[in-house]
Amino acid sequence: MALKASQLTVGETHTARIVEDLKRTQIVQYAGASGDYNPLHTDEVFTTKVAGYPSVFAHGMLTMGMTGKMLTDYVGDARLTKYGVRFTSQVWPGDTLEATATVKAVNGDLVELDVSTRNQDGVEVLSGYAEARVDP
Amino acid sequence: MAAKRFPIEAGHIMMFARSVGDDNKVYYDEDYAKTTEARGIIAPPTFPQSSAQFDPDYFLRPKVGQPWFGSGKNPTGIQRASGGGGGGGGGLHAEQHFEYHRHIRPGDVLTATVKPGKTWEKEGRRSGKLIFSESITEYRDQNGELVITARGVGVRTERPVDQPAASKSEKAEA
Repeated sequence: MALKASQLTVGETHTARIVEDLKRTQIVQYAGASGDYNPLHTDEVFTTKVAGYPSVFAHGMLTMGMTGKMLTDYVGDARLTKYGVRFTSQVWPGDTLEATATVKAVNGDLVELDVSTRNQDGVEVLSGYAEARVDP
Repeated sequence: MAAKRFPIEAGHIMMFARSVGDDNKVYYDEDYAKTTEARGIIAPPTFPQSSAQFDPDYFLRPKVGQPWFGSGKNPTGIQRASGGGGGGGGGLHAEQHFEYHRHIRPGDVLTATVKPGKTWEKEGRRSGKLIFSESITEYRDQNGELVITARGVGVRTERPVDQPAASKSEKAEA
């Protein structure tokens, strides 16, 4: 399951579809689990009439969480040592997202990864990095 | 999110993993989890953010007897000062970073201590003036050991973020 340093090549990628047709209900689930009840994510009336957005949109942290599944599926359980992102565009109900990890460097028992998540139009919604322990 | 006591609970981890669409059994099936390298249930990487549940003052949670800015009879439950931009309740999340010194699991009882970081401003193409502010959260376990360091960056915008054309990838500020 864990990655092996000896078998990793700089530039190789791992991609996973992390959500297809994002549902408002999943955003509600995330609000409930995370405790972030900002109405911008779940309250269509507030978000359109008061905040001025076309609809509710996902928590950045939901996108980071879904992207995290791609990472932990790739590097294995309890292997991540760093994970950081910038939220570069909003994620809307109905979006389909694909997340990609690209091997940037292998240093001893650590792999550095570039992380990127894009929507169905190719727009990058999250950009970041991760580091994980790997086997020799 | 500051929390004096952030108990890591198996049910909370299960709900959190479900909410991010992660069906890995290491997050809810103790018997399976014991057979993995994690040797028991662990929390998913972004779980520390749910310490908000244990921050008594967390401002994005409705509280008994207090006004809430989401809709009810009216589109918002409070009178907003003019301006204030598209953040609704206090801006948007621009960045989040985690360093894992060890992976947390049910039974851990963490404390979360927040320190303010840098603040800076920038002119955005899609939302007017942007004011960024950083905070560092240190999560320590029941033995006082630092287990996770988190750094968040929030941004307040002058107006709601303009939406990019569908095919254009714009590294701006969401």
